[in-house]
Amino acid sequence: MRLQYPTNIKVVRVPCTGKVDVLYILHSFEKGADGVYLVGCLEGGCHYNSGNLKARKRVEQARKILDTIGIGGERVRMYNLSSSDGPLFAKYATEMDEKIREMGPNPIKLAKKKKAA
Amino acid sequence: MIVADKKPIEEIIEYLKGKQNILILGCNECVTVCEAGGKKEVGVLASALRMYFQNQGEDVKIDEVTLERQCDHEYLEEIRDRVDQYDAVVSLACGVGVQFMAEKYHSTHIYPGVNTCFLGATEERGLWTERCQACGQCILATTGGICPVSRCAKRLLNGPCGGSTTGKCEVKKGDEEIDCGWQLIVDRLQALDRLDEYETLCPVKDWSTDRAGGPRKVIREDLKQ
Ligand code: SF4
Ligand code: SF4
Repeated sequence: MRLQYPTNIKVVRVPCTGKVDVLYILHSFEKGADGVYLVGCLEGGCHYNSGNLKARKRVEQARKILDTIGIGGERVRMYNLSSSDGPLFAKYATEMDEKIREMGPNPIKLAKKKKAA
Repeated sequence: MIVADKKPIEEIIEYLKGKQNILILGCNECVTVCEAGGKKEVGVLASALRMYFQNQGEDVKIDEVTLERQCDHEYLEEIRDRVDQYDAVVSLACGVGVQFMAEKYHSTHIYPGVNTCFLGATEERGLWTERCQACGQCILATTGGICPVSRCAKRLLNGPCGGSTTGKCEVKKGDEEIDCGWQLIVDRLQALDRLDEYETLCPVKDWSTDRAGGPRKVIREDLKQ
């Protein structure tokens, strides 16, 4: 299966999406990420029972914070798929890439550039 | 424990407008357990504020420290050598910690980062409920271990009142019904086969130890030095 997905996506592997803390998400934006999405197993299919459900809650927390501070909560998303579903993984990557292109770059980067100019 | 809830970030941003050097100060005790003001919440708030100010094109330095407690001198002393460098400290401790901090350090503005709510228990993650109002004269021995001061809307000592219907109080929290504290007490005494104790009238309580008498003190001569 030689599937293509956008090359601007950096994959960070974690043992379970339940490992992803709201701080990981926020720090990614602080460091200039334009978007962050979590890809977890299907709901009900977590090997640790509820890791992906916890991840979804953290995505919601991060979204709320990013909306409040004017970065845009839509930049964070949660996806679920079966771990063998490569085509869906590629589809989500493309969808996320399109969504972020629509929103434009992380406004912090723009603010920094403006200041430097 | 003391239960607190996070303040909205918008409110904290309002306090901090125009500040350049900010310390977010957490506490490792109650507010950590109720996930309102521990190391994690310090990190989240600091990160959110950094991004907010960067996005506004402002250069604001935001540091993070979490102390073991903010209601004891020895732990607050740990930041004495650095506190002067900040023009604002947001304390995520309960109201006690915020005040102790403000009493000790006068050179810096201290702002509260949480809303301190009550003395309560963790029923489950994300759900905390009130259990005690620190009345200073505990009467749990006679009420089956259920506190009428905090669980009865009218703080009745000989309840229930006429507003108790099918186990629910006539007072509601918005649309949400609350259990009648006195029905809980009666049910508990019955389950313990101690219903006869319910017949004994509770004498007039000495409320001078309650909040109405102004700020309170506990003095222990056996411990004082
Ligand atoms: S009787 Fe007073 S001290 Fe005892 S639990 Fe109730 S409020 Fe707290
Ligand atoms: S109904 Fe029960 S809880 Fe409510 S005020 Fe009356 S005695 Fe107290």
